[in-house]
Amino acid sequence: MNLRKVSAAAACALALSVTAAACGSDDDGGDSGDGGGKDKITIGIKFDQPGLGLKEPDGSYSGFDVDVATYVAKELGYAEDQIEWKEAISADRETMLERGDVDMIAATYSITDEREQKVDFAGPYLLAHQDLLIRADDDITKGEDLNGKTLCSVTGSTSAQNVKDTIAPKAQLAERPGYSECLDAVAGGSIDALTTDDSILAGYAAQEANKGKFKLAGLNLSNENYGVGVKKGDEKMKTDIDAALEKMVSDGSWEKFMDANLGPANYDFEPAPKIGELK
Amino acid sequence: MDIISDYDTQILDAFWVTVKLTLLSGLFSLVWGTMLAAMRVSPVPLMRGFGAVYVNVIRNVPLTVIIVFCALGLADVFGVTLGAGVDFDAKYFRLAVLGLSAYTAAFVCEALRSGINTVPVGQAEAARAIGLSFTQVLMLIVLPQAFRSVVGPLANVLIALTKNTTVAAAIGVAEAALLMKEMIENEAQLLLISAIFALGFVVLTLPTGLLLGWVGKKVAVKR
Amino acid sequence: MSSVLYDAPGPKAKVRNIVYTVLFLAVMALGVWWVIDKLNEKNQLEWALWKPFFTDSQAWTTYLLPGLGETLKAAGLSLLIALPLGALFGIGRLSDHAWVRVPAGAVVEFFRAIPVLILMLFANQFYSEYTGISSEQRPLYAVVTGLVLYNAAVLAEIVRAGILSLPRGQTEAAKAVGLRKGQMMGSVLLPQAVTAMLPAIVSQLVVIVKDTALGGVMIGFSELLVERRTLASNYSNVFASFIIVAAIYVIVNFILTSLASWLERAVRRGKRTTGAVVGVAAVDDLSTGAASGALGGAGGAAPLLGGGDAGGGGDGGGGQGT
Repeated sequence: MNLRKVSAAAACALALSVTAAACGSDDDGGDSGDGGGKDKITIGIKFDQPGLGLKEPDGSYSGFDVDVATYVAKELGYAEDQIEWKEAISADRETMLERGDVDMIAATYSITDEREQKVDFAGPYLLAHQDLLIRADDDITKGEDLNGKTLCSVTGSTSAQNVKDTIAPKAQLAERPGYSECLDAVAGGSIDALTTDDSILAGYAAQEANKGKFKLAGLNLSNENYGVGVKKGDEKMKTDIDAALEKMVSDGSWEKFMDANLGPANYDFEPAPKIGELK
Repeated sequence: MDIISDYDTQILDAFWVTVKLTLLSGLFSLVWGTMLAAMRVSPVPLMRGFGAVYVNVIRNVPLTVIIVFCALGLADVFGVTLGAGVDFDAKYFRLAVLGLSAYTAAFVCEALRSGINTVPVGQAEAARAIGLSFTQVLMLIVLPQAFRSVVGPLANVLIALTKNTTVAAAIGVAEAALLMKEMIENEAQLLLISAIFALGFVVLTLPTGLLLGWVGKKVAVKR
Repeated sequence: MSSVLYDAPGPKAKVRNIVYTVLFLAVMALGVWWVIDKLNEKNQLEWALWKPFFTDSQAWTTYLLPGLGETLKAAGLSLLIALPLGALFGIGRLSDHAWVRVPAGAVVEFFRAIPVLILMLFANQFYSEYTGISSEQRPLYAVVTGLVLYNAAVLAEIVRAGILSLPRGQTEAAKAVGLRKGQMMGSVLLPQAVTAMLPAIVSQLVVIVKDTALGGVMIGFSELLVERRTLASNYSNVFASFIIVAAIYVIVNFILTSLASWLERAVRRGKRTTGAVVGVAAVDDLSTGAASGALGGAGGAAPLLGGGDAGGGGDGGGGQGT
């Protein structure tokens, strides 16, 4: 390549970029918000939680939340190939619904008073508890034992806040961007426990690479009622989803989904909750 | 202006952590960077090779990767606590200093190497002619002159380091950027909060640049 | 290899060098042994953890390559948008009119003094509060905005250095044939300055690529480092995936760095250019702080290390941006 060509090309790029900058910055962004479009439904799930919502190596999605969402979508009249999955990061969930980026969210979404002011929830469809994931040879039997121990959780999560505020204010807490990033530390002994909802923990404990390394401590540190989040005020959507969830429990699908996704962890899960009944 | 009075001590504390990160990492990276530079010009081929590989690898990896690796790799897998035991605040602060120093040292090394280049050949030749060894040539003749000519570039490294301390937020060190993230998410006054933090960094970096730029001109060897 | 710093080794020095080599080798071996021992102890060397990267193409096609694509997309967009802005401010700083020069200088110095993370955090929150950009697109917008603001300021300095690096005769000749200031800039100085700056621009791209990782960790932009997290949730191989991702960064940036060094050598050698160049090393200084004095070219006294190795920009790597 000769140098004059290179610099000519660069000069072109420089000139082009002026125009590219102008047209490049205001395209897209609007194409995702057409909530209620009849040929497609957009559902927010987790991408990085085995057993609940996980992006598989082949690009498909697996987990309990995914199965529930697929079932509900089917009841609402959408086939599997009409579902568009989007990653719903915990901190973004309310905003995504408010803006209509997604039609509904099934992403380990606990129903809380604070969230109910911004979005509506159908369900609940699962009752989880905050718990600890510890090394298989370790033992922690009650919450107060945690004072002086080291814990790991996800940055800004309710579980982390719970530990700091009530359960064990004296515990050392490491906050990481993802749960998987706590596992090595727990396995290696530099951190004593990973804390979050037992459903999420069970998903990790059930993973092939983690079998036999971890166990759940079995502490019920809180109640987490997982609901399906919908846009505030969308009553029809909410009742339709409620009906679908009810049917899912009565026809045995709920049990089947639980066994398939979280069964391998010996997760002693609560029976299916009644719609509209929070614990 | 409520927000300033609500958060005043927190803001000052956070910037104090930023300053501590900068000074400690600056000190360690100066020491380690000088050692690397010495290796890179040494008569031992293996040391030259090590220095070259270190600098080229470290400069091509994002600092974010290095800092996060200090937490996920060094602390979690290798069990390195740097003497902080189970005190997490101290542990992650020290790991951040380690990561920042390891990264910045590569740039100190390169600045020094170009400084060595400004020392005229005759200086080293004269030193060797009177029988000084490599270590003596380097320590007594070359490095003192090299340092004087790279005060400017080293000041730039220090300024970049000051800004780079914000990456420590990635492993939860309570420095300025982490507090800013928390504040803009919880408070409504985005513009005011951002202005405060931007100003904080301007206050930290501009005088450093001006002062060291002036010092650099004063001490530079006139040639 | 001989150097002016030490004599060609005699018999004693040869022995001493061998002793140092052996000692250094021992220390390195000890370090490597400690690392391997620890990794083994924590079962991090199990083949199952590393296998996905070598036998399973899906680990690449589903996670790593899309992540790398986002990284390069953000970096490329940032450079493309920042270039014209940088050129504008760089030329602005060289203006004869104080009312152009001073504000342009103030803007450039301001954005160079602020960490790029602060700019990204601001942009992210700004888009979230004041615009309707979807939550999916927002991190990309925020990362690109932060990088553009910062790098436009750095590129402004590179452009300025590029123009100043040209021999004075170019300006004088242009004036002598009666060109006006705009013509002189547009048809004489800028085209040559672009050639002189090319190495520095490519080198700055390394800094931009490295900075995208910050957007991944702090505002959830789904670039390489974040895709690694999704991957590690699948294979439970946080440590292994980290090593692989770091290697990808090194390879990508090494290619860019080599390109920059090649360009720099080509520009220096070029018969049709003035030989003026803003070297790779200049980026280190320009991309950091105030008080820049890093205009390329002038070599000063005969270099100690010979071969133009350290003088022109060493063997490279990105600037110090995160």
